Amino acid sequence: MHGRPRKPLKEEDESVLSAKAEKLHSLQSQFLANHQNRIYTKEALDLSAKLLEINPECYTAWNYRKLAVQHNLSESNSDSDASLFDQELKVVENALKKNFKSYGAWHHRKWVLSKGHSSIDNELRLLNDFQKADARNFHAWNYRRFVTALMKISDEDELKYTEKVIGVNFSNYSAWHNRSVLLSTLFKRKAEGFSHKEKVLQEEYKYVHSAIFTDSDDQSGWFYHLWLIDQTVKNDAPLLVSSWPSHGANITLNGNNSLHGSGLSLLNSTLSDTKTLPVILCFNQAVEGVNSSTVVVKSELLKEDLVWKPLSTNNSSTAQVWVVYLNMGNMKLQLSKTYSIEINIGHSMGILSSNGYHYGAPSQITFEVCVQTAYTEPVDGQRGKLTSWKDNDFRKIDHFEESNPAVSADHHIPTTSNWCMEAIDEEITNFQDLSDCKIRKLTLARLLIALDLLSPQHDKRKNHTEEVLKLYTELMKLDPTHSLYYKDEHSLLLLQQITSSRESLIPYCHYYKDASETNTSYVCLRLQNLSLSRMGSFENLLWVQMLDLSHNELRSIEGLEAMQLLSCLNLSHNKFGSFTALGPLRLLKSLKVLNISCNELGSHSIDTRRYLCSSPLAHSEVFAWDRFEILCGSYSATKFWEAFLIFESLNLTDLNIAGNAVADENFASFIVKVLPTLKLLNDEEL
Amino acid sequence: MGDLVAEKHVQYILSVQKKKDSFESVVMEHLRMNGAYWGLTTLHLLGKLDTVDVHEVVSWIMSCQHDEGGFGGNVGHDPHILYTLSAVQVLALFNKLDVIDADKVTNYIVGLQNEDGSFSGDIWGEVDTRFSYIAICCLSLLHRLDRINVDKAVKYIISCQNMDGGFGCTPGGESHAGQIFCCVGALAIAGSLDLVDKDLLGWWLCERQVKSGGLNGRPEKLPDVCYSWWVLSSLIMIDRVHWISKEKLIKFILDCQDTDNGGISDRPDDAVDVFHTYFGVAGLSLLEYPGVKPIDPAYALPVEVVNRIFFSK
Repeated sequence: MHGRPRKPLKEEDESVLSAKAEKLHSLQSQFLANHQNRIYTKEALDLSAKLLEINPECYTAWNYRKLAVQHNLSESNSDSDASLFDQELKVVENALKKNFKSYGAWHHRKWVLSKGHSSIDNELRLLNDFQKADARNFHAWNYRRFVTALMKISDEDELKYTEKVIGVNFSNYSAWHNRSVLLSTLFKRKAEGFSHKEKVLQEEYKYVHSAIFTDSDDQSGWFYHLWLIDQTVKNDAPLLVSSWPSHGANITLNGNNSLHGSGLSLLNSTLSDTKTLPVILCFNQAVEGVNSSTVVVKSELLKEDLVWKPLSTNNSSTAQVWVVYLNMGNMKLQLSKTYSIEINIGHSMGILSSNGYHYGAPSQITFEVCVQTAYTEPVDGQRGKLTSWKDNDFRKIDHFEESNPAVSADHHIPTTSNWCMEAIDEEITNFQDLSDCKIRKLTLARLLIALDLLSPQHDKRKNHTEEVLKLYTELMKLDPTHSLYYKDEHSLLLLQQITSSRESLIPYCHYYKDASETNTSYVCLRLQNLSLSRMGSFENLLWVQMLDLSHNELRSIEGLEAMQLLSCLNLSHNKFGSFTALGPLRLLKSLKVLNISCNELGSHSIDTRRYLCSSPLAHSEVFAWDRFEILCGSYSATKFWEAFLIFESLNLTDLNIAGNAVADENFASFIVKVLPTLKLLNDEEL
Repeated sequence: MGDLVAEKHVQYILSVQKKKDSFESVVMEHLRMNGAYWGLTTLHLLGKLDTVDVHEVVSWIMSCQHDEGGFGGNVGHDPHILYTLSAVQVLALFNKLDVIDADKVTNYIVGLQNEDGSFSGDIWGEVDTRFSYIAICCLSLLHRLDRINVDKAVKYIISCQNMDGGFGCTPGGESHAGQIFCCVGALAIAGSLDLVDKDLLGWWLCERQVKSGGLNGRPEKLPDVCYSWWVLSSLIMIDRVHWISKEKLIKFILDCQDTDNGGISDRPDDAVDVFHTYFGVAGLSLLEYPGVKPIDPAYALPVEVVNRIFFSK
């Protein structure tokens, strides 16, 4: 099926092929008859061997031979047994000569070996022959792993074998891959000579350079090198990266129960409606086991047990971000009194990463809540008034209170030794000479990011963000085929740069309409027109209630579910191509105002977010047929299920979907049915 | 860049279906069930499924079923999970899933799950993540996914995850686009794509695009049209398809057509076959090529077929 040239058959070739076809067909028919009638004579067996030599893909023939062996075994002694198995191995070898990628042949050999037949030397000799014929034959590599396990050959010896193979030709991805598997095992069980990861990794860096620097277009070493960087930098234990409220924050609830937090003033009419205060915990990786035992909340305010919820878009029990809602309405809060809330994380075991690592260092967050009686005018945007996103409705914030930062402090990964930074530093000097070489530029970018991640937060002078942003821009020109990959990386880094500190964030923060620092107000984070193709840094954005991401190039909002305080969101003029891309919004209880106008909803026949969104197709939820029928009556579920899935759990008051191919009158009347709380559609009152 | 000669491909598939005694047909007799799936799905994507006699196909499929519930590749061939999925998929295309005893097929598949969550292909015990995908996909189409231990199945698949973010046949097996499709597809259907490192795998997958615009299956290998499916559907399921050049890939696939006789080959100017014709057309579907109906990247069936199975009461 592969690699045969296309050429029209000459007449004589046609008749030869026709004769071949007839011969094979009669062979196969005869075989099937023998198989059907369970005939295991020598003649029948020879026929099957002949068949497998011509057509090793005929899987039923391999089954037949196993049945024949079982049948003939029961009637013989051990000498005949040995020769029986020898015969099988021979048939396999002949078949592999015809097609050394035949699944059936390799499995048959494993079957024979699992019966206790053949010698290590014999199998290794066979494997060496195959290695010479095709160093990348993954069947042979799989078989090698099978044999070495069966015959208990050590990982250390196999590691030496990969060196031998790479020594012949570094362009052997299969060998590098095998090396990563063996080293992982040796590290995990802290085998002799492998307990000091740093020494081994330093040697491996030197070793893989041969593959990268000899021929920079050959990919064999790239992924191994990336794995080495990951092994150097990664911290297995899950850690808390940020929270809202952050440690030391001061949250004020005023008379009408709306929220005011110091640092950056916040007002959220939605919080006043629900009277709940969210507490958001953001970890560095997905974890499970966050509950009232592992995260203990202490305060005189609390009367009931708290239920922590994982913010997972596919209804999983593990998530990077967890939230709990404090029911302020139930509490008898005294005016002008400050209440302290203490959150103790990980003092008892139970928070686990998906790799089984326990939460790193027990930590504590304390914040204060207080109630004031200040009367406030209802601000535009509450009660169904149109939310404007126009420039002249916003005013830049010049400064804000120093007392409590809205942006959490420490995001750097604690390391126990300096060798990580030294190793990365060493690698950077090796990759400094750029020449217009894609893999060197990309590797240098990754190394610089790794270095910044490892550096202590206060050591700002070493920040390489500008340099890396420049590298990604160069890569977009150097390797246009993959330009959107580099653009996504660029966007992520840009966002990190913008959100990493109060100073960098302030230029993007604006007061909405007549808000100011002293009276209750809306603060909007305006990130429009930044050519963002991807969103990130959500750990720094937990405080945001109003967000403008319009006029960018976003196709997804993966991770946005962390922004539990979000009530107004502008995603207009982006590249959202499906309703499933809006999946994260289902987890935003506070969302009231949504603008997704001028996107590509309804323009695409293929949905790239289909399986990243919880749905019946992925068995993460059951389609709400009853509710669909009540709300939508005659509308077809096959036509509207995605929109229904997303919107039926939202409580929007203001929605703008104009400028999307899907937004015809039919769809508009459907969506109004699904959103009973809606007061404004496409900037018009309903 | 030329166009898709859809009508020629339809004729090619119909001619292959009829020519049972060509050498190519005979040597692939044992996997005719797969061939039926490739050919008929392509016809559906090109809007021409009605050119086939549905009753003839359905009765032939049923004649390949064994008492245990599994299907063989052709009449007289042993049951295997590979052909069981193809049988169910073809019946789904024709909206004829009601002709099989779903519990019988389910029991066959359930019996193939091993202690560690993996699946064997048949009673002879070959284990491969391809079979994990088949089990999950097939049972999902029959609305009986809960009959297997999905958690263990997912755990086994994750144990085959490699340093490059990809997946192999068995734990420790090298990443290969075909295996990656199977593992990502299985995890997608099982609602567990959060366990995939999408950025790491996405980069490995996007680097399969070589200078000619075609995709290879793993580093330092030749591009092949069938990877337009394995790599592309994987990229689509994890939403990283924008990391390759879609235009260059479309051009590569179109260049692999035999514009005179119909059919698509693995590489330009190679011999065509039904396998690559299907993968070429399915790839074009994922790339939203006009005139080709959309295909679901996880179930590998037309979107309208999948929606019909899950969203009609």
